[in-house]
Amino acid sequence: MNTINLENISKVYQVGSEEVHALAEVSLKIDPNEYVAIMGPSGSGKSTLMNILGCLDTPTGGKYDLKGLDVSDMSDNQLAEVRNREIGFVFQTFNLLPRANAFHNVELPLIYAGIPASRRREMTETALTSVGLKERMLHKPSELSGGQRQRVAIARALVIGPSIILADEPTGNLDSKTGEDIMVLFHEIYEQGNTIILVTHEEYIANHAKRVIRLLDGKVESDKHVANHTVPARGK
Amino acid sequence: MRHHLFEWKEGLLIALNAIRANKARSILTTLGIVIGICSVALMATAINGIDKAFVEGISSLGADNLHIDKYAWFSDEDFFLMRNRKNVTMDQFERFKKLAKLPLAVAPTILTVHKVLYNDNYVEGTLMTGTTDEYVRTTNFNFGRGRFFSPVESNGARNVAVLGSAVAAHLFDKQDPLAKVVKIDGIPFRVVGVLEKQGSTLLGNFNPDNQVYITIGTVFKYFKRNRDTVTIVVRARSTEMIEATKEEALGLMRRVRGLMYDEKDDFAINQQEGLTENYNQVVGVIKLVGLFITGLSLLVGAIGIMNIMFVSVKERTREIGIRKAIGAKKRTIMGQFLTEAAVICLMGGLVGLLLAILLSSIINKFLPTSVQMNTVILAITISLLTGIVSGLAPAWTAAKMDPVEALRYE
Repeated sequence: MNTINLENISKVYQVGSEEVHALAEVSLKIDPNEYVAIMGPSGSGKSTLMNILGCLDTPTGGKYDLKGLDVSDMSDNQLAEVRNREIGFVFQTFNLLPRANAFHNVELPLIYAGIPASRRREMTETALTSVGLKERMLHKPSELSGGQRQRVAIARALVIGPSIILADEPTGNLDSKTGEDIMVLFHEIYEQGNTIILVTHEEYIANHAKRVIRLLDGKVESDKHVANHTVPARGK
Repeated sequence: MRHHLFEWKEGLLIALNAIRANKARSILTTLGIVIGICSVALMATAINGIDKAFVEGISSLGADNLHIDKYAWFSDEDFFLMRNRKNVTMDQFERFKKLAKLPLAVAPTILTVHKVLYNDNYVEGTLMTGTTDEYVRTTNFNFGRGRFFSPVESNGARNVAVLGSAVAAHLFDKQDPLAKVVKIDGIPFRVVGVLEKQGSTLLGNFNPDNQVYITIGTVFKYFKRNRDTVTIVVRARSTEMIEATKEEALGLMRRVRGLMYDEKDDFAINQQEGLTENYNQVVGVIKLVGLFITGLSLLVGAIGIMNIMFVSVKERTREIGIRKAIGAKKRTIMGQFLTEAAVICLMGGLVGLLLAILLSSIINKFLPTSVQMNTVILAITISLLTGIVSGLAPAWTAAKMDPVEALRYE
């Protein structure tokens, strides 16, 4: 079974009297444990697609099936539950809660899932260990470097064991060295059997993925498997 | 249910964190609620105090007393019609007293106002009650010094006086007033007794503390005409006996005043019950107005909370977006902000209450009052409700935010 199955998804915005077709009948399938990059210039609809894939937004047309659930017309609360259980977000700007420490940031999805405190502690520590930040878990985001913040965000995305990791320009705010480290981490996560969807406009970032989907003007321009994708060298 | 409790507990922790993170702002916002709750609690306390003072004052008048008078205390009848009634005379009193079987005690009283003087000290406009020795049995008086006047003094219209505690304190300062001679309008009276403090500021000049009691014979001798109207004070044997005593008094007074069976009563039998009714009417309005006005100050506090919660929601738009992205439901976000508002208000309410307790100990110097348990419960409930009501609109704004928009917010 596919993890993601999009059928003729479209998204139309009303801007004044004009209709803007951000997505026009996009169809795609993504299997479990795929590593997909979604590329395209700005205005190509990749952000809209990411929002829909991440259940942050609903399409105006078409059908979105996530792990057998029809999410295209779920209520806000049902969508919140799906985001909580099935999707781990990694953002360009990290989007951590500034006043909460790393532990609490990573723990938050578990709180919303209603997991009891003792189990939460265990899961949070495991996730922070897997990104190599266990000893920094009581630090606030402002006390961490950019790379460390993104690692905390990745731990938060992983902590509940979602079906897909959705990363939107995850290296966009990092220098290239740190960005490369983050890509190493994504590769490890992928190798552990996770499904990763990477939204980017950088070719060299996209080349880490095994499949690249290019969007243009709200349509899929190309969808290719990358034969010789970059396997990042483990940084020191 | 357990899940909700759990969610609520987490919401509470999140709210406490947010409050701690914005200390200065939270404190300033809370100030409005502190003042609001403090004034509501103080108002409630003051009302309790007034009620208590009234009840005490009333009971010093004698709860089981009837006052037979030409005038009704509370009546729709024209005052001038009542004035034209025949006076209640000492003659009528004597006959009434002889016939009445049920009362514990019966005494005539007549009021007159004079200057009381001792050496250089004097009290202008002192209320004098002229009465007989039996009057003391219609009251709950306790004596600090001496006694009430005796039957011999009363019947002989001797120049003797019993002083209220405030009058005695004013005239004699620290000296012993007993057996001293005071001058009432220049006429010498010997002090035979001083009352203990009876203690109700509410009755003003009618408070026994501010009065002087003299024999009724001297009043007629020096200050009033013989046929002036008196008030007959009748003490029932017990509260249960009041109605029967009143019935008997009504019949006897009609007989004494020579009324035919088809004539209306030309006198009134007054009771403190009427006073209580009247008090409740007047003070009831004052209470409502007072609570309304203090309620307004609470409203101002609540608007402050609402305002700051709106600011807080706006400021934390991105946070709300993040929380929604990782799975917070509408209910969760709503609960978080509602809890935050409620906690701010509750803390404000508790501080306000503490302040009210401190302030009421100052008020206590003027009015016997203390913060009652029901006031405490009221204040806490009101502050919680205020928080929830004023947090409702901001919390809803937060809850219904679009996560995509919220995440994009800078």
